[in-house]
Amino acid sequence: MAGNNVVLRVEGISKVYDREVLHIEKLSFEKGKIYGLIGPSGAGKSTLLRLINFLEPPTAGRIFFKGRELDVRGRVDLKTQRGMTMVFQKPVLFKTSVRENVAYGLRARGLPKEEINKRVAVLLEKVGLESFAGRRADSLSGGEAQRIALARAIAFDPGVLLLDEPTANLDPHNIEMFENLILNLNKEKGITVIMVTHNIFQARRIAHEVLFFYEGHIIEKGPAQKIFSSPEDPRTRAFVEGRMVY
Amino acid sequence: MSRLLEGIIEAFTLIIQFDPYLWQIIILSLQVSGGAVALSTLTGVPLGAFLGLKPAGRTRFISKVLYTFMGLPPVVAGLVIYLLISRSGPFGVLGLLFSPAAMVIAQFTLATPIIAGLTMVGIRSRGKEVQETARTLGANRLLTAWTVIRESRFAIFGAIVTGFGRVIAEVGAVMIVGGNIEGHTRVMTSAIVLETSKGHFELAIGLGLTLLVISFLINSLLYYLQGGGENSGWK
Repeated sequence: MAGNNVVLRVEGISKVYDREVLHIEKLSFEKGKIYGLIGPSGAGKSTLLRLINFLEPPTAGRIFFKGRELDVRGRVDLKTQRGMTMVFQKPVLFKTSVRENVAYGLRARGLPKEEINKRVAVLLEKVGLESFAGRRADSLSGGEAQRIALARAIAFDPGVLLLDEPTANLDPHNIEMFENLILNLNKEKGITVIMVTHNIFQARRIAHEVLFFYEGHIIEKGPAQKIFSSPEDPRTRAFVEGRMVY
Repeated sequence: MSRLLEGIIEAFTLIIQFDPYLWQIIILSLQVSGGAVALSTLTGVPLGAFLGLKPAGRTRFISKVLYTFMGLPPVVAGLVIYLLISRSGPFGVLGLLFSPAAMVIAQFTLATPIIAGLTMVGIRSRGKEVQETARTLGANRLLTAWTVIRESRFAIFGAIVTGFGRVIAEVGAVMIVGGNIEGHTRVMTSAIVLETSKGHFELAIGLGLTLLVISFLINSLLYYLQGGGENSGWK
């Protein structure tokens, strides 16, 4: 593994609610790769994203971002937090125009108005919604809303993009559109993408590396092709072959 | 029935002719209730937002207290404030009894739990996801808090209007701490009670109509602020 290329690393991380829902001894994410997190519901995939994105503190463990250990239980370091972002399964668009939604993160960073307008126009074109700029965000369809959520998330060029089942509620056309956006983004900007998905075909289509989660643990991790063609663990095999009942 | 009709006609005449006694009461009512609600908004909205963003399990007790105070009888609030600001009370030295300031305090006591409680409920419905979204987009704490409040604005406007409706229409507390002194602490509700007892129904009806018009105007403003009812389900 190219150690210098590691953008995100977790060590001995765990999360306990009424029971332990996640426990990972060691895990690294490399710059510029797309990771697909698969596994049954309640396996800890989304919890990992939430811990990485400071939405919840871990019960134990350490998180390193670009080689620097983060104070995961203290006050969130804004600079680090701004280095990554997350798109949720259900897009939460603010009750304002599409333009204002996409501009939100840029305004939060204090960019000049002209620069914001320029970037927003480019992003709306990228997601194919340039004519929607002045529309109310709450008038969009599910697919349009998710594309706007993605445009908003990538507006400020985050180093790491976390996606929590972003296409779970989309139709095939919008799924394809969303996946192409992710692939282009990864190719053009080298953004690291960590995506939770229940769609194993999607993980096979776009992920470079796949991690199989089961009962809070990572059972198997490797190149997508290997995980899907010759998984080592019988649970991984059962899952990718659609035989795991959950 | 004819007395009611006569009263309504007479009431309109008084309103149109800008009867000084009537208008002085209306203006004082708006000043007292407006001031109380402004202070309650400044206190109740941040408190409600803070509680709304905490997990419900952690705020169970304080939520119960808040809900209890939302139904606080005005006469009880008036009595407590009276005891606190009367000459022998701990704040008697301030000389607030039978003043508009005392009425503002009493109405503030009534409106704050309503505004805080309804804000809390409103924010709890969407605040968490807005907070998380804002944070993932790199908002600092201040911008995150502002975004949560802005996104819950319909619920918050509703809370403020409900608070205003509660205090402008109450009579018990202002009577006790204000004393219903003509030209000094007489407000619409206490004047209605007094004029009705004196048999001056036209003035009582005039004040009653004014109360209704004020309520209508405020609800119209809320309707406008909610985007013409697009999201409110009022259509």
